[in-house]
Amino acid sequence: MRDLFWIFVSSMLVNNFTLVLFLGLCPFLGVSAKVATAVRMGMADIFVMVITSVTVSALNAWVLPHAPYLKIIAFIVVIASLVQIVEMVIRKVSPTLFRELGIYLPLITTNCAILGLALLQTSKGYGFTEGLVYAVGSGLGLTLALVLMASIRETVELASVPSIARNMGLVLIIAGSLSLAFMGFAGLFSS
Amino acid sequence: MRETTAQEDLLRGIWRENPVLVQLLGLCPTLAVTGSVDNAVVMGIATFFVLLGSSVLVSTFKSIIPKEVRISAYILIIATFVTIADMVTHALVPDIWKALGPFVPLIVVNCIILGRQEAFASKNTVWRSTLDAVGMGSGFMVAMLIMGSVREIIGNGSWFGIPLFGGHYQPWIIMILPPGGFFTLGFVLLAMGWKKGREAEAVRPRRWPHGVTTEVGGPV
Repeated sequence: MRDLFWIFVSSMLVNNFTLVLFLGLCPFLGVSAKVATAVRMGMADIFVMVITSVTVSALNAWVLPHAPYLKIIAFIVVIASLVQIVEMVIRKVSPTLFRELGIYLPLITTNCAILGLALLQTSKGYGFTEGLVYAVGSGLGLTLALVLMASIRETVELASVPSIARNMGLVLIIAGSLSLAFMGFAGLFSS
Repeated sequence: MRETTAQEDLLRGIWRENPVLVQLLGLCPTLAVTGSVDNAVVMGIATFFVLLGSSVLVSTFKSIIPKEVRISAYILIIATFVTIADMVTHALVPDIWKALGPFVPLIVVNCIILGRQEAFASKNTVWRSTLDAVGMGSGFMVAMLIMGSVREIIGNGSWFGIPLFGGHYQPWIIMILPPGGFFTLGFVLLAMGWKKGREAEAVRPRRWPHGVTTEVGGPV
């Protein structure tokens, strides 16, 4: 139980996927202009990460021990088809949720956070339960980073910023400051 | 879109349409593995190899691959080359392979590679796609080299592991830690925005007194 708690805290704050491990930067920079879209993107991310984690546990248990060289290909194929299936199911079962998630679901397939989760979970040797906790923690951490970034950008939008900084440069420097702040969480583990 | 010459295919990726610095694609590895020049260069070579291999294969088989499943076919081709790159890196430079962590397998989802297949290799001849892949791959290497050099020189006082400043230099550790990646790329982009702003200023028609308008601006 204690271990699971630390996996959760570590994946959400200390080793935050976006700000510390640099996974999933495209949505972080691309859809962080408004808080509402950032929240939806985060939700879609958590959802896909949980499903991926479960599938990867199954692959690790039964398939990959027999064919370790297929790791990368198996992961990417499974994730891509899974997202496709989930999209179809949601469209049929809950059209409202489908409209909410919209374009973000297919976008997630090529999001390195998902494949990164699969690879990290494998290299850390997490089983089913640990993997599930790790996926939820990472997903929440990703959402936290997205929402923080979106809130800051909504405010910066109204500020008078020099014209040369009106591109991604400013966003990256804000991200750097956030990342600096998240490094403080590393202290949680040394004590 | 206007026709491009073979020379343009090769050269535009390196600077004018640089995939990282201008198109802002493939940012994850650019920020994650540029803490030292060694790692950045190995990552650059691996990505270059995957891009070149997949571009050649995709442009060779472009007439056989059905249009409906082309993206999946590209991803499978890319994943195959990434597996090769992963195994070769593991065998040749095991230390750097360990330092790169999940980022060699993550080349699969690097948007530069899938983007070039969809935008170029699936529509052009093998020769032109090879040139394009070499250009874009070199552009990625250039970006990795710039980022890696800035971060290692400031953050560790060395370049390719060779100490530069002697014992009195206090390294800015923060530059080789994650925030340094964001800051370095942020400042590189600010500098490019500043340069672009100056160029735009220089070609904007200027209105001189007495109603005279010139095509190109005067002294800047």
